[in-house]
Amino acid sequence: MENFIEILITGLRSGSIYALIALGYTMVYGIAKMINFAHGDIIMIGAYALYVFIELLHMPVVPAVICTIAVCAVLGICIEKVAYKPLRKATPLAVLITAIGVSYFLQSAVLLIFGGTPISFASIIDSKALSLKIGSITLSGITIVTLAVTTISMIALTLFIQKTKTGRAMRAVSEDKGAAELMGINVNRTISITFAIGSALAAIAGILYICQFQSLKPTLGALPGIKAFVAAVLGGIGSIPGAMLGGILLGVIESVSKNVSGELADAIVFGVLVVVLLVKPSGLLGKNKTEKV
Amino acid sequence: MALLEVKNLGISFGGLRAVDQFHVSIEKRQLYGLIGPNGAGKTTIFNLLTGVYKPTEGSILLDGISLVGKGPAQINQVGIARTFQNIRLFHKMTVLDNVKVALHNQIKYSVMEGVLRLPGYFKREKEMDKKALELLEVFNLHEEAGIIAANLPYGKQRKLEIARAMATNPKLILLDEPAAGMNPNETEELMENIRFIRDKFEMTILLIEHDMKLVAGICEQITVLNFGTELASGTPDMVLNDPKVITAYLGE
Repeated sequence: MENFIEILITGLRSGSIYALIALGYTMVYGIAKMINFAHGDIIMIGAYALYVFIELLHMPVVPAVICTIAVCAVLGICIEKVAYKPLRKATPLAVLITAIGVSYFLQSAVLLIFGGTPISFASIIDSKALSLKIGSITLSGITIVTLAVTTISMIALTLFIQKTKTGRAMRAVSEDKGAAELMGINVNRTISITFAIGSALAAIAGILYICQFQSLKPTLGALPGIKAFVAAVLGGIGSIPGAMLGGILLGVIESVSKNVSGELADAIVFGVLVVVLLVKPSGLLGKNKTEKV
Repeated sequence: MALLEVKNLGISFGGLRAVDQFHVSIEKRQLYGLIGPNGAGKTTIFNLLTGVYKPTEGSILLDGISLVGKGPAQINQVGIARTFQNIRLFHKMTVLDNVKVALHNQIKYSVMEGVLRLPGYFKREKEMDKKALELLEVFNLHEEAGIIAANLPYGKQRKLEIARAMATNPKLILLDEPAAGMNPNETEELMENIRFIRDKFEMTILLIEHDMKLVAGICEQITVLNFGTELASGTPDMVLNDPKVITAYLGE
């Protein structure tokens, strides 16, 4: 039983990180109707940026974290402006290939600057000092911080999208770009804000991720990126609660299957995706779209 | 000077001449009708006026400001709002939020104020709620403010579209077949609403309509369009009795 709870908690921890990343995929998809395959690499940039601010510039933790988030948000806006905006009216395939290109560009740029050998980077969270013992179960500091930060981020995002005028503009643009524009909404600005928020969430995920794995390499964003994409599809791409649910579900399934068989864990995770998509092609919380004739 | 001055407006799609040498001049507070058979180019003109299409030639002046080359969002801010032939509400949002989206440029606060929920945020949001409810009340929709727009009955969706367009604080409002699909009672009520917003908000209105009763009942001036060009123009009595117009509608 205790073992099971521990597995569950591990799953929740990685799942909430997947959820944060998945939110970026789903928001960008909702508004720009594209899959930003470079999103995983924003996580990587976030991890490296934190390393630069902490280890090379010797900044205190809080300003370093804020700067990391800012760097990723600005990077997200720049990527959209330079790479995706000129393709707004292009075929989806062209945009997809561009996104993959951006992904390789970011990885290569980091490879060029920092080299390919993994850099070890100690966690900025003091895991022992923050740990909590409930009965016979010990929650590590990193688990507590991860769960707290992701929960706060998700609540803040939901409030932002539901209750502020920028959030309303985002919902309007994602539903009908043309009508929103005719109501005076600046669509370009709204898309920029979406990329900034998505990338800021990826930066937070990157920070939490690197605190856990403590080793930097240029491809570190690939696997969490692709798993979060799976999570977004699982939950129903375009749906914000779907991304949260999908991420957490994926983390828990992964954690449980790792316990069953370490080698088969990823196969089980992707197997679940296949099954869900067979039963409900639009994802768990996605809307079934019926094409109007 | 007229509020809207359109001169020599034209657009071609490939070889097709959709609108050719279109002129119109609409005075402030006028109720102007644009009619014509299907495919005559009426909606194309709306799309040209709102910046959805870029004209091949011609000029559009609103209150002396040239609109040619401006995008839809900019044109909306200069002062043109519209509704759509096939209703294009934000269907997943509430009735209130639909109107509040359109208040985007009227009541402003920064993104940061919204994220951090500073006092300015609550004040402005309250202001928005009040303004949106006032507008909904004009169309007798205030009791449905919390409903998801897709769940409104058809006639009310059409009215909500007008309320939403009004919320952008336009000088000129373009209504694309506002009575389409309405029953006679609803059409009657809609005519009242259109007259009311003209009088209360001193609005200038240009509408496309097939319902001749509505057009003859409320429009002061009419232009008839056929094959992208003006066929006739004048008061409803003049125009609707013009043999050319009758031929265009009913055939020889």
